This record gives sequence, structure tokens and C-alpha cells, in this order.
Amino acid sequence: MRALTWHGKHDVRVETVPDPQIVNPRDAIIKVTSTAICGSDLHLYDGVIPTMRPGDILGHEFMGEVVDVGRGNTRLKRGDRVVVPFVIACGNCFFCRRQQFAACDNSNPAYKADISQMLYGHHMCGFFGYSHLTGGYAGGQAEYVRVPFSDVGPIVIDDGMEDDRVLFLSDILPTGWMAAENCEIEEGDTVAVWGCGPVGLFAIQSALIMGAAQVIAIDHYPHRLELARKLGAKTVNYRNTRVYEALMEMTGGIGPDAVIDAVGLESHGFAPDNLYDYAKQSLRLETDRSHVLREALYACRKGGRVSVPGVYGGFVDKFPVGAFMQKGLTMRTGQTHVQKYLSGLLEMIRDNRINTTFLISHRMPLEKGPDAYRKFAFEQNETTKVVLKPGMEARNG
Amino acid sequence: MYRRHVRRSNGRALAAGVLGVVAGAAVLFAARNMMRGHRRIIEPEDAPRRTWRRKGRWREGIFAGRTITVNRPREEVYARWRDFAIFPNFMENVRSVTPLDQTRSRWVVEGPAGSTVEFETKIVEDRPNELIAWESDENAQVRNSGRVSFRDAPGGRGTEIEAVIAYDPSGGAVGRMTAKLFQRGPGVQTRRELRRFKQLMETGEIATAASRPAASHG
Repeated sequence: MRALTWHGKHDVRVETVPDPQIVNPRDAIIKVTSTAICGSDLHLYDGVIPTMRPGDILGHEFMGEVVDVGRGNTRLKRGDRVVVPFVIACGNCFFCRRQQFAACDNSNPAYKADISQMLYGHHMCGFFGYSHLTGGYAGGQAEYVRVPFSDVGPIVIDDGMEDDRVLFLSDILPTGWMAAENCEIEEGDTVAVWGCGPVGLFAIQSALIMGAAQVIAIDHYPHRLELARKLGAKTVNYRNTRVYEALMEMTGGIGPDAVIDAVGLESHGFAPDNLYDYAKQSLRLETDRSHVLREALYACRKGGRVSVPGVYGGFVDKFPVGAFMQKGLTMRTGQTHVQKYLSGLLEMIRDNRINTTFLISHRMPLEKGPDAYRKFAFEQNETTKVVLKPGMEARNG
Repeated sequence: MYRRHVRRSNGRALAAGVLGVVAGAAVLFAARNMMRGHRRIIEPEDAPRRTWRRKGRWREGIFAGRTITVNRPREEVYARWRDFAIFPNFMENVRSVTPLDQTRSRWVVEGPAGSTVEFETKIVEDRPNELIAWESDENAQVRNSGRVSFRDAPGGRGTEIEAVIAYDPSGGAVGRMTAKLFQRGPGVQTRRELRRFKQLMETGEIATAASRPAASHG
């Protein structure tokens, strides 16, 4: 089959690799019809996530048709159309039983689990196509994918809704939703969202659905801010505006009740602390840049809530623990428990309460994957979301 | 010329640095011993001995011990572990375990350079749903013993399994080599084995990122 593989910083290729097969009883093999490039794939593309190996197949947002099912799987059958969560979860362990699927104890293979246990104290669960920290599973930017525990994760789409409407159930829609849920929004709340990438934009939509009185979106790409405004957010461009001052003035001097860092470990910005972070990161003294997180904690009102969906991998300096403690903030974070949100969000897509397709700026054949990564990484204003279609290559490739 | 010059000056800086570190460490070590002097008496505490900073007779490499919680009832967990024949499913290096009678089993274990080592074990203590202990026979090339205990986890969270395994590498050259294989971080290896056992018990399979069958052991 053809698959998009990682070979190093800014080096991804489409190659021919062996087709996957059923390995374990609960597996399924999916023939991919649509697969997206995620903002977090850019962290891999930029080479800032450790434990990648040349030849690793990328991609954790994908959907398609079931073409083979293991003997232990009684839930799926050949021909089913499914969206697959990026989180691989067994459904049986202590965490899965509490719907904390992204904390699954069993989906990261035993010898790979040692790496994240050493880094974080506890091992991570398995993800598709996202380094060997998360199991080294082959990803979905390919013609076929082996899906372990496929009787737990994939959600069947049985009413012919087109791919573009439901594909983002695999990651960014539930991630934006959980980011807003972690804000514990109350009536009259202002929610400030740093980063108007796909997760930020879905967090904005979700916060408004959950009843936020106003959502303030912060970014520097005019096109992305425009998308945020269309969803109903107020916008702040940090290139032109001092963010803390603006947030205070827009909230009657109180500050936002909840803040969302939808940027993560590669935050841009011109503040002195960011330049300091950049220098330290270049010298490998620090792994993550965190200007946004500092600014969010600084701006958040007393007793407010801090939600961090943005991906972090290692350590940051100058974490403002004083502001965090003195203001009595609450921070909630974590990888997304995708499986928990699937049916509710699918319902909202069906009822047109959530719009997903506005995000897609490019649809390209899988063969054009390397171009797509370049666009997404370096033309961020215009490229909001790229969907790769393995089937398209026959016509256009 | 230029390179050599650089290297020499690097070498000199390195030597000075090393000396500095050694001297610093010596001072710290002396200070630590002085501090320790008046609290030599070991206070009673509940942490298992393998987690103590001063391990005493407990030597990592000979002993390995780990605890894991399995989200299944204690009877079920005990019964699965009592079936030694399934050990190769979740133990690295173990090719097969064949039960000979109620208490004796024959083990085939991978040795150095593709060789195999065989030995017999017998169960020396068996308290249903609580504990299984085994020992290899006297003449085994790799003498080993193990002790696995089972207790209810609090709050209905299943069963806590504690496995302690000991290897005695005294039995000849092959034995020493094989023991070395086991010693490649035996704590880590025991943790992996317990993790695979947990996966098997909780999910019915052992997680692997392999894209095709045949590559065993996740």
C-alpha cells in the first residue's frame, strides 16, 4: 500500500510499504477514505517530539471502510463506515471503565510503555502515528490501517453523512469540546482562547454552545481570526494589541473566567520570555516554549479555570506558580478521551448544531502529502486544515 | 594541526572538569557520611525493601520485584497464574513451560547466542488465591525462584499482584550468561512481564504495534 512516512525534520515521503493485517483478535483493518493532517503532526514535522523513527507512518485523524475484522470483534463487520479515534483504548481497564480513555493502561505495548513511564512517571496510552512514546502504532495517512481494540474505538456512520462532516470526530472536534468542558463554563462567563487553529476554533464553538457569554479569540493570522469571528467570537490580534490589557478591558477589569491554551509547545510571539524560551529550546535546555501558558495564567481572573488542550511534551521554565497559587486557579488538561464524546458530538453534527466543514481549506490526494505538510506548516494563514484522500490519487495523482 | 590543538585544549578542560567533579563528590560523600552517622538505626517503615535507598543484601540484578493491579477478581487472576503453561505468552526469553505433574514443570529458556537452557522447577508453596512460590531444582544451570502473591485491591479495583523473582548465576558459564540476559534491568523486565499479564487478563490479548502477525511479544 501507499503511506506517508516520516524521515526527519521537514522530510515526509509517500512510500510503498507492506499492507497491514489482523494481528490480535479484537483488531480491524480499515481502508482509509479520508485522513487529515493535525496541528500536532506539525510538532512531528518540526522534529520536536522525541522517539520518532525513519519510516514511521504518520496520521491519527482518519476514517474509512472496514475491510477485515478479527475473530474477537463482534461489533464491527466488513463494509461498515467508521471514524477512528486517535486514542487507542481497551475499554476494560480501570481508566477506560471511568471513561478516561486517554489514560488506558493496556494499549501501549509493554516495552514501549517504559519510555513514557520514565519521562512522566506513568506510561501513556497508545495513539496512531504519533511516535514510539505512544506505542509506535502505524498511522492513518495511508491506504490501510490496523486498528487495535476496534470493538471499543471506531464509531459507525450509518446514514451516509459525507466524510468531511464527520472526519474530525477522530480528534480535533472532541479535543476542542473537552477543552471547553474543562472550563466548567457558568452563565455570564468570558472564555479566552489562545490559538485559532482547528482545536481553538472548535473550542470556541463548543464554549458558545455550553453557554459562554463571550468568547475572545487570540491569534495573529487574519484569516484564522476571521473564522473565529464568523463562529461568534470576539477577536484580538496579538501583533497589534497587548493581550493582557485588552482582556482586562474587555471583561470590565475582571479578566476572563476561563482561559484555554490551544497552542501548546511551539508558541509564537514576540514577548521577551518567548525569546528566552526559544534560545533555551535551541540549546536543548528546555523542550517546550510556553509563552501562551504564562500569559493565560497571568490574565485569568481570580479563582478562574485554566484549560490546556495544547500539546506539551517535556519541561518549561518560568512556570508562574505564584500567579497560579495566589489567584487560586484550577488547571485541567489531558489528552482527549475521544471515545467518551463520539455519540453526543455525532448527534450535534447531524442536527447542524456544530459546523465542521468550514475548517477545510484543502483536499488533496495522499500522494501529495509532502506538499500538504509544507503548506500546513508554512502557509498557516491560508491553510486551516488539509484532508488527504487516498482514493483521489487514481483520478488526480 | 588546528584540530589537534583544539582537541588538546578540550582534553585539558575536560580533565580539569573531571578533577573538579571528583573533588566535589568526595566532599559531598564525606559530609553525607557524617550526617548519616547519627541516624544509622533504621526506622521502621512500610515501603518494600527493594525501594530503600540503601538496599543492604537486596541486589538489583539478582532480585527483581514489582507490583501491578489487574482489574479482575483475585480467584481468576490466581487461577491464570497457576497455569504455568501460559507463561511464554507474556514472559520474554521463556520459550515453553511444560507441566510434569501437580507441582513440577519443565522450562525452556532462551540462552546466549540463540541457545536454549532447560531446567525444572517445583512449586514449594501454594495457597489458593493468595500465593504461589516456586524454585528451580538444585542442578539447574540458571537457579531461580519466584514468589507471587495476590491480594484484593482497595475499592473493588481488582487484584494487586506482587512478583518477586531471584536468579542465582552461580551454575557454570552458560548459566552465568543466561542470568546476564535476565539481568538486563530485571526490574524493568519484570514490570513488562506483569504489564503483559495484565493486558492478557483485562483485554484478552497482548498489545502490539506490529502491522502483521508473527512478530510476537508487544
